[in-house]
Amino acid sequence: MTSSDETPARASAVIIGAGIVGNSLVHHLARLGWQDLVLVDKGPMPNPGGSTGHASNFIFPIEYSKMMFELTTDSTSQYQELGVFTQSGGIEVARIPERMIELRRRCSQAKSWGIPAEVITPGEVNKLVPYLDETVILGGAYFPTVGVVDSLRAGTLMREGAQRSGALTVLASTEVYGITVTDGRVRGVSTSAGEIATDNVVICCGVWSPRIARMAGARLALTPTVHQMISVGPIALFADTSGEISYPIVRDVDTNMYERQHGGDMEVGSYAHRPIIVPPDEIPSIESSVLSPTEMPFTQEDFDPQLEQALELMPELLGDERAGIRYAINGLISMTPDGHPLLGEMPEARGLWAAAASWIKEGPGCGRAVAELMSGQVPTVDVHEADAARFYPHQRTVAHVRARAREGFNKMYGIVHPAEQWESGRPVRVSPVYDRERSLDAVFFETAGWERPFWYASNADLLERYAGRLMERPAEWESRWWSPVINAEHLAMRDAAGLVDLSAFAVLEISGPGALEAVQTLSVAQLNVPVGRVVYTSWLDENGGFRADLTVMRLGEDRFRVVTGGATGMSDAAWIARHLPPGAFLADLTSAWTTIGLWGPRARDVLAEVTADDVSHAGFPFGTCREIEIGGVVVLASRISYVGELGWELHVPIEQGARVWDTLWEAGRPYGLVPVGIGVYGTTGRLEKGYRAFGAELTPDYTLIEAGMTRPKVKEQPFIGKEAYLRQRAESPCAVLCTLTVDSVVSADGTPRYMLGGEPILSVSGERLVDAQGRPSYVTSAGSGPSVGKHLLMAYLPASDAVQDNSLLVEYMGEAFPVTVAVAGATPLFDPSNSRIRS
Amino acid sequence: MEILVCVKRVPTVGGKIAVTPDGQEVDTRTSGFSVSPHEECAVEEAVQITERLGGTVSVLTLGPEAAIEQLRDALALGAHRAVLLETDGREFGPIATAAAIAAEVRAHPCDLVLLGNEAADTGDYQVGIRLAHQLGWPVATGIKNLTVSSEGVVARREYRGVEEAYSLPLPAVVTVKEGINLPRYPSLPGRLRAKRAAVERSAPAWAAEGLRKQALRVPVGSRHQATVLGHGPDAVPELVRILAEIGVLS
Repeated sequence: MTSSDETPARASAVIIGAGIVGNSLVHHLARLGWQDLVLVDKGPMPNPGGSTGHASNFIFPIEYSKMMFELTTDSTSQYQELGVFTQSGGIEVARIPERMIELRRRCSQAKSWGIPAEVITPGEVNKLVPYLDETVILGGAYFPTVGVVDSLRAGTLMREGAQRSGALTVLASTEVYGITVTDGRVRGVSTSAGEIATDNVVICCGVWSPRIARMAGARLALTPTVHQMISVGPIALFADTSGEISYPIVRDVDTNMYERQHGGDMEVGSYAHRPIIVPPDEIPSIESSVLSPTEMPFTQEDFDPQLEQALELMPELLGDERAGIRYAINGLISMTPDGHPLLGEMPEARGLWAAAASWIKEGPGCGRAVAELMSGQVPTVDVHEADAARFYPHQRTVAHVRARAREGFNKMYGIVHPAEQWESGRPVRVSPVYDRERSLDAVFFETAGWERPFWYASNADLLERYAGRLMERPAEWESRWWSPVINAEHLAMRDAAGLVDLSAFAVLEISGPGALEAVQTLSVAQLNVPVGRVVYTSWLDENGGFRADLTVMRLGEDRFRVVTGGATGMSDAAWIARHLPPGAFLADLTSAWTTIGLWGPRARDVLAEVTADDVSHAGFPFGTCREIEIGGVVVLASRISYVGELGWELHVPIEQGARVWDTLWEAGRPYGLVPVGIGVYGTTGRLEKGYRAFGAELTPDYTLIEAGMTRPKVKEQPFIGKEAYLRQRAESPCAVLCTLTVDSVVSADGTPRYMLGGEPILSVSGERLVDAQGRPSYVTSAGSGPSVGKHLLMAYLPASDAVQDNSLLVEYMGEAFPVTVAVAGATPLFDPSNSRIRS
Repeated sequence: MEILVCVKRVPTVGGKIAVTPDGQEVDTRTSGFSVSPHEECAVEEAVQITERLGGTVSVLTLGPEAAIEQLRDALALGAHRAVLLETDGREFGPIATAAAIAAEVRAHPCDLVLLGNEAADTGDYQVGIRLAHQLGWPVATGIKNLTVSSEGVVARREYRGVEEAYSLPLPAVVTVKEGINLPRYPSLPGRLRAKRAAVERSAPAWAAEGLRKQALRVPVGSRHQATVLGHGPDAVPELVRILAEIGVLS
């Protein structure tokens, strides 16, 4: 007899991998009514040898990413319900002054999310952790709700619950040999215990996931990476403690280490050593492993420098000669290019799902999210930033994934600026005018592999012209990844005209007899418009939350061109593909078209210089598109604006892009045309105009009504989210998106400070603002408003606070700054009548 | 008491052993390296003796430069001095190994040489005896209990249920077996001392011997099998029967 059940011939879904994620997934699928599930693992239960088995199992709730915070919170409450969570508290300690500032920033972020947190003195740290040498540190951030979990027990409880309910067959010690995909759809799984026919396969294989994905012809952007850990004991001080943990976990973040009591031992883990990548095919088999496949032999020399630092922090406790290093591993963990998990259906095949690159702290939350997605539901936690389809092909190459994992590894506990740029794997995608931009000393930021000029250092001569209006940032933190040139470019564009490289747009074409039905189904806005119209629209999920925000050009009766952000292009394409009706076809034209933006009061003058076509207001009205000739090139011009100025998006065949750029450049210089970077396009220009951004303001957590984007009429035709949208329209919104101005940016020490996003909005008495649905008010976007002379913030406020001229506070780096609600709703702060756009 | 302990760098054995495609080496890509359990015990025994009687523990290995890792492991456990007899990667036979160690002993005299009963990889069971022979010292092998005083050692071992005890004058060679003690784990301060310690080096000459390695192969053995006796209370009768069968219950 074995611990496995009989192999069924058919399953509703085959879940591969019985770590915390796979176990959680089968639990949630069973709860959602799925029957005939099969869970397969090549290892034995309850510890099949993956990363769950050697995890350090502690959970810090603090995350800068809202998604990661919410996944962690959901997971923690699931662990609590299972009775496997022990609260211990946790402290991040600072050894250097920069870290003390960072800890204040973290505590402010914690306040945004409602996580208890406080900055404490070395003496206070020592009271909580008496074995820590307080002279080594400058202070700490205390998170009392930190705790540890028994993830193996949690997995066992969830798996056995699903088995008891009759929904699940478990095949332990069963190897997967292949995944059958025909006509783009998963059909079955071949295992050492036989063939199983199924329409759904979920890869929950942790560090092995890329290998299993390959069996279905898919690429997963994940690499196994070593995280070293040792366990030292017996610790005399812990002899009298009961249970697993009695002292707060210490993250010694400046040395990239943590120290965590585990019964009679102290575990010391490190992210300080050289990044060690282990290809999935080189992970040992269960039979040939000394401990387990993911507990690889310890490489002592990599850990040696950390020993001294650990000893420095806890000299008596770890310096005890009677306490030995009883366990030491090169543990394998999963890393992705952006640090987020891989959740949802993969683009390579229908029915091929991923639930991978999740750590213990997110495991149950990831399991729930994928179970909900598989059930056709909108996930409880918005996981679009973890979409398994989010990466472009180049981002899923082995070289790219490894390079980013190497670069990200030592930043695990780093002080990472919100705008911090990756250095590895660049450049990959460059626009046709990349060399022009380089010669203009463009400072490039990367989005989805595209090199985008954020500002042009060659515009430094504008600084003098706009001196006094540049809102310069004397504090180093906010000056990082920023330049006053951005604000100068902004003012120059508003005064004359700007040329913006928008090559990073994803360009998706939907065509065929079913094309109209396709775009109608996806879009809130009416798409049955005359050919030549440009429609700005949101796409909603079934609950009426935002799924995308983009423009659609109708180029023919049966042809629509969708223009969306590069960052979301792959996810949006996958969303379209999943909802295409018969007779509609999707093509990704991103690599065929470049986009050049021309905006500003002189934009028409510039364009008129280079085209014989009618570009007058009457001849080329706002919200329309058509082909014009520029310098011998046929260009698809679209009269819209995300910066609040008269102008056009010019869509040009990519190989002719440089010619059009040069033509406009030559014609525009006499009119004061300047190159303008994404710092203006993505932040300053839109904030002054109150334009919302997908992912910042527009998320599945808020509605069109709350975002102030309600349209006067609802179209007759059905669309995704329509029922929810109609319900939402009938209710009064409990939150309203507002634009706030910072009344004084001067901090206590006299330095002007500028919020960067994510900060909590507080009442004048310092209380957090939370709406009736429990959603906290925090800064969704922040940036300069050079034309209005204020630092601008966007935030959803509870309806009662969303009143123009209402005085509130924003907390930044532990300090409160006064703010005023400048606009409640969508009215632009700059040019409220939109006369510039429509001139 | 001056004690020399000899250790050998060998692949860590925990799971299934694999052989390199050319059949010449154990595949160590995922195994790591260690010393045999017998030698871990020899180091521990030497450290315990000097903790009681004073003196120094020198640890010696004959092997490639990478074997310094095993010397540092021993230093972390309390050895005081480390000697690398560096090879060019070729395996020394037991005669040459014993000769190289004997030369080291003549250069740095000691009272007691401890070795593991046999190397974990080659299993020749020869080096301790050959070393004693070359030095003209007494030797006891397979020892699981050792009492040391300034006069000499009493070495005990079990053989087919009978305990044998040998009194040896010093200097002497003793090869020990796993079970003689419970080796300690390295402490953090021990690890740091080991990291900083100097390693003395010399390079003995390789010499051909009668035995030559032709090839390695993994013998076909029965796979380990787990038998599930049952689930919950239903498993109890079978469990009791087996515990009785193996003598845990009577």
